[in-house]
Amino acid sequence: MNFSFNEDILFLKRNVKDFIQTEVEAVAMDIEKEDKIPDRIITMSKELGLFGLSIPEIYGGLGIGMVGKCALYEEIGATHNGYTTLIGAHTGIGTVGIVELGNKKQKEKYLPPMARGERIGAFALTEPSAGSNASNIKTTAVKKGDKYILNGTKHYITNATIADVFTVMAVTDSSKGAKGITSFIVEKDFPGFKVGAVESKMGLKGSQSAEIILEDCEVPEENVLGEVGKGYVNALKILTNGRAGLAARNLGSCQKLLDLSITYTEEREQFGVPIIEHQAVAHMIAEMAVEIEALRSFTYRVAWMVDEGEKVIKEAAMLKLYGSEVYNRVADKAVQVHGGIGYISDYPIERFFRDARITRIYEGTSEIQKNIIAGQLRKEYE
Amino acid sequence: MNIYVLMKRTFDTEEKIVISNGRIEEEGAEFIINPYDEYAIEEAIQLRDEHGGEVTVVTIGSEDAEKQLRTALAMGADKAVLINTEDDVEESDQFTTVKILEAFFDDKEYDLILAGNVAIDQASGQIGPRLAEKLNIPYVTTITNLKIDGDTAHIERDVEGDVEKLDASLPLLVTCQQGLNEPRYPSLPGIMKAKKKPLEELELDDLDLDEDDVEPKTKTIEVFLPPAKEAGKVLEGEIDDQVKELVSLLRNESKVI
Ligand SMILES: Cc1cc2nc3c(=O)[nH]c(=O)nc-3n(C[C@H](O)[C@H](O)[C@H](O)COP(=O)(O)OP(=O)(O)OC[C@H]3O[C@@H](n4cnc5c(N)ncnc54)[C@H](O)[C@@H]3O)c2cc1C
Ligand SMILES: Cc1cc2nc3c(=O)[nH]c(=O)nc-3n(C[C@H](O)[C@H](O)[C@H](O)COP(=O)(O)OP(=O)(O)OC[C@H]3O[C@@H](n4cnc5c(N)ncnc54)[C@H](O)[C@@H]3O)c2cc1C
Repeated sequence: MNFSFNEDILFLKRNVKDFIQTEVEAVAMDIEKEDKIPDRIITMSKELGLFGLSIPEIYGGLGIGMVGKCALYEEIGATHNGYTTLIGAHTGIGTVGIVELGNKKQKEKYLPPMARGERIGAFALTEPSAGSNASNIKTTAVKKGDKYILNGTKHYITNATIADVFTVMAVTDSSKGAKGITSFIVEKDFPGFKVGAVESKMGLKGSQSAEIILEDCEVPEENVLGEVGKGYVNALKILTNGRAGLAARNLGSCQKLLDLSITYTEEREQFGVPIIEHQAVAHMIAEMAVEIEALRSFTYRVAWMVDEGEKVIKEAAMLKLYGSEVYNRVADKAVQVHGGIGYISDYPIERFFRDARITRIYEGTSEIQKNIIAGQLRKEYE
Repeated sequence: MNIYVLMKRTFDTEEKIVISNGRIEEEGAEFIINPYDEYAIEEAIQLRDEHGGEVTVVTIGSEDAEKQLRTALAMGADKAVLINTEDDVEESDQFTTVKILEAFFDDKEYDLILAGNVAIDQASGQIGPRLAEKLNIPYVTTITNLKIDGDTAHIERDVEGDVEKLDASLPLLVTCQQGLNEPRYPSLPGIMKAKKKPLEELELDDLDLDEDDVEPKTKTIEVFLPPAKEAGKVLEGEIDDQVKELVSLLRNESKVI
């Protein structure tokens, strides 16, 4: 077993870290205050090539495997999570559908500009009546000549306000349940496409989630992504693929919190000594570090399995669950060891605490992950 | 245009530096491209993009400098040359470096050589000018703006905060000052492509030099850190008394007035 990154990955990782810690960290507090990521940072991220993280080299992306992607996601996670989410949603659920399921023509058309960040991707599955139960979507797609006509409303769609290319799930045959769902590539300029209300959120400032409204939205037939009727399976595939990446982002945030916590508890004195010398504090630091290390091993093991072409439905669900839960526990301890400062908005700790919370909800709640895990286990033991 | 950049791998002076046995401890130090050389690399790439041609980055050092050369290639340089002196050179100074570079450039065609204004580790600022003298070409130091128009370079240079404008003819050597440009981060696709770009490794032998030719002309007698910063002093009491005490301290204790 070899647990080290190769030279290429280390080189990429070092450069991403340098960029994130120098440029993005410098504006992290501004992103929070203004609920906006500076254009300069977005432009620089595009020039750096971050938007092409999941895209094969022939389409202008990086062409690295899941281990490499996770190594970079870890660095991207070690800063403001609004920024992390903007990049993560584009490179994850926003592009992976086209990469994994698109035909040659679709890939040639969409991937190169998406790799350059000229066109941003988003993923639109969730609807008011279909969250955890994604197969309950009501958006319809009716074939008319060489077009499909889409009607319905999606909500909570990350990057909706800045995205150009949406992977949209809609019902093509309501008599077939989950097998009557199809995925489409929908461009923001297609007639009948509209972005609706933007949500105000607990955290993830700078990243916007909004409604999208499809009103007789015309989608050319060639924009069917994958096979007709396979939309639900496609959505699950895209989400499964994204799970290791999300865990890696969480890992980066956890590591950042541990770094901040160690530095702070070494400096802060109470009762005449640095507080890390109080055993209660030292133990919290130790517990954070152990969970982070376990998450790190798990993340790269699952990433490696993906690169080996192994089936990872159960492991990806376990990792998504574990990564989100660890992040929340680590963030809670980080607040605790910081005392009052951990609760004050002039310092980054409380921001991470709020931002951690969403990871147990989006891309499949923790409960849904447990359902998947148990379901897979029962199959194994059948 | 044939453009060469002189690059040095230095330790990061913003990180903690440890000295043992009169040498800077390499273990644990962070190594970077000398920041002024980053301006040189960036300028070279921009000029190449505008006028065509090729950028070659040259460094003298050990195998470890490959990392910094790869970074320069990832930024967009076309070729890199490592003159590996690890086995041949024990002690070196500016003479050594210039002697080696002179030999390297002996059979090269060049329109422009860019270097950093100084290297942040030893800060001699000598390499550029001394090399230009040896190559018998003009040089301009601390440049903050550069336009190439045919065989003429229109240059702005920093003179203690003021700007001096001058023209020079090619071939030319310039040393780059902060403000010249904003060096790019190597792009991630650039890093992947850098693997396939040529990185040539030379030794003294390849340049028809032997150890004696490059023996340093100076000797380092001692290397030491600046004195550690001591705790500050907060004056108390009436303002008038504080002022009196301050003046007396400045005069008698620190002897600055
Ligand atoms: C900031 C943000 C960004 C998002 N980005 C996107 C996006 O880009 N694209 C997209 O399509 N969606 C996105 N979502 C939607 C997200 O995936 C859903 O919110 C999530 O799947 C939960 O669905 P829901 O909100 O409808 O909650 P519900 O499904 O109503 O769940 C409520 C609670 O019930 C539990 N529950 C439900 N069913 C079960 C069950 N069978 N067993 C046990 N417990 C159950 C859940 O775990 C949860 O605790 C985003 C959401 C947010 C908040
Ligand atoms: C919103 C808010 C409102 C507040 N309101 C008031 C108010 O109205 N009036 C007021 O007087 N104060 C107020 N406070 C201050 C609050 O009581 C302190 O923040 C709290 O007592 C912790 O002190 P600290 O922030 O200095 O953290 P620290 O004392 O530095 O603690 C940091 C960490 O070290 C741990 N620690 C410290 N010493 C030991 C030890 N010996 N053994 C084990 N662990 C140790 C702590 O448990 C904590 O986890 C408020 C704080 C906030 C954030």
